[in-house]
Amino acid sequence: MSGHAAASMAMPGPARNLAVSRALGRRRQRVSLLVKGLSVAATVIALLLLASILFTLLWRGGTGLSVAVFTEMTRAPGSNGGLLNAIVGSLIQTALGTLIGTPIGLMVGTYLAEYGRGSPVAGAVRFVADILLSAPSILIGLFIYELVVEPWGGFSAIAGSLALAVIVIPIVVRTTEDMLRLIPATLREAVMALGAPKWKMIVLVCYRAARQGIATGILLAIARVAGETAPLLFTSLGNLNWSVSLTKPMASLPLTIYQYAGSAFDDWVQLAWVGALLITIGVLAINISARLLLRVEK
Amino acid sequence: MQQATAVALRARSRRHPGDAVFAAVAKLSGLFVLLLLGSLIVTLFVGGLPAFRRFGLGFLVSDDWDPVKQVFGALVPIYGTLLTSVLALVFAVPVSFGIALFLTELAPQWMRRPVGTAIELLAAIPSIIYGMWGFFVIVPIISQDVQPHIIDTLDGIPVLQDLFAGPPFGTGLLTAAMILALMVVPFIAATMRDVFETVPAVFKESAYGLGCTMWEVTRSIVLPYTRASVVGGIMLGLGRALGETMAVTFVIGNADRISTSLFGPGNTIASIVALEFPESPAGSLKLSSLMALGFILFMISFAVLAASRALLRPGLKASA
Repeated sequence: MSGHAAASMAMPGPARNLAVSRALGRRRQRVSLLVKGLSVAATVIALLLLASILFTLLWRGGTGLSVAVFTEMTRAPGSNGGLLNAIVGSLIQTALGTLIGTPIGLMVGTYLAEYGRGSPVAGAVRFVADILLSAPSILIGLFIYELVVEPWGGFSAIAGSLALAVIVIPIVVRTTEDMLRLIPATLREAVMALGAPKWKMIVLVCYRAARQGIATGILLAIARVAGETAPLLFTSLGNLNWSVSLTKPMASLPLTIYQYAGSAFDDWVQLAWVGALLITIGVLAINISARLLLRVEK
Repeated sequence: MQQATAVALRARSRRHPGDAVFAAVAKLSGLFVLLLLGSLIVTLFVGGLPAFRRFGLGFLVSDDWDPVKQVFGALVPIYGTLLTSVLALVFAVPVSFGIALFLTELAPQWMRRPVGTAIELLAAIPSIIYGMWGFFVIVPIISQDVQPHIIDTLDGIPVLQDLFAGPPFGTGLLTAAMILALMVVPFIAATMRDVFETVPAVFKESAYGLGCTMWEVTRSIVLPYTRASVVGGIMLGLGRALGETMAVTFVIGNADRISTSLFGPGNTIASIVALEFPESPAGSLKLSSLMALGFILFMISFAVLAASRALLRPGLKASA
């Protein structure tokens, strides 16, 4: 003990020498200040880039916005068409994909939260759902192409909707399970104690208690698939003409944007910006309302 | 208690046949998800089988992509995929770390939620919008203002000069990596923020009480406590970057050869599949090669995402 104290007394360390201590302190503060500055800079850069994207969309898309965009079909370059068929196609396929994917996702989430706690099968299902959640969406397009498009007679809106449904499922699974798990066990026990069957407990009490959270998940899923492009490339293909047939290729906003933005015609590029503006406004609006919905509940 | 509930439940299920049906439907849905991923893997593999048969393991290491001679190799897109994704992380990780620090340590309370939401909204913007924005806004800036300066500055420096050589088109591997970086920042930053918030306040307060600066607290308390989850968040970002399609397709430059210059054009697996698919008739060897590429991409993403999940699971679930 005394040897240690003597050694430290002999060394000119920060504890003994105030000048060293001050210099060290200043260095530490400077490093910390630098990190703080870089953190703020990183946040500002990210926010500026977000602003740049939104501003570019408003500026380039806003100038082309007109009634014709919503009332006319896509046309040959130079003849000022609209995006009606793309908008309608997007609505149909997004709606259909959500309608197919949501019930499945809801049941899987229910299984994970209410039935499969601790079972290895449920563990595997949860793992696979997590993988599907982040799996490249283009592969889901290829998958549906091989499974549906090639054997069943070509590109179709229904194939596109199926691809979107595969993307919807894991999103709904994730939120449904998380929300159901937040429900206190006492609530379940109270319902059971009244003699209700388990399925009634789940449907009438748990779903109701978690409905805002579940609705948030569905909204997020809609927002996600509304902007998906890659899986539609191989499934619904896109269509420059009016078509609402589910068994034929169908237009959609993202595909039309992709096709028009890469073209050499100014009016097509202009329409691509308008489409990009529309889809971003839609997706961000759904996203923000989903967040507000969840916040009201808490 | 748990066991008593279980016994009671079993007794109940006999009295309520609806229960068995509901439970069966729920379980079948769960199994359906397993089937979905299983058939996705099998489908991609079977689709790619003709290409695997034709080229064997050489498919992985051949840099040929010649539709006329019907020779296809996966090396160029694999190289492009890995290079752009890893480069994207080089840009995205420090920025995400800074954002997470800002949101957990620096920002005043009232600012945290709106700024955090704005960062998360970056993840909501569709991929194709990033592609258009990158192509019409970022590419001109890089080709006119960035590339000429870098090329001039590095002229004559042995290795660097080759790394940034080439005509200043603005498109290419580096541009793709930059767009990818911005796209994965919200995922990494949100995960980092969430795990930083799990550090018990007492730990941080103790360190601050000893006189540590903010950076010392972060380096010695927060990072060691959250290390596994932070790496998990980065892997999640990597998993996202690997399979990103539309944004990359716009800015990668679409070339079927390996470029030693970061400014050079290239292809990723996802972009080559998107770009070449329209010219690949059903049943052709080329389509099969694209499927084989898809299978390879899936295997890479699967490994990365599984690792990410294993690292994140104890702490936190990956945010959608």
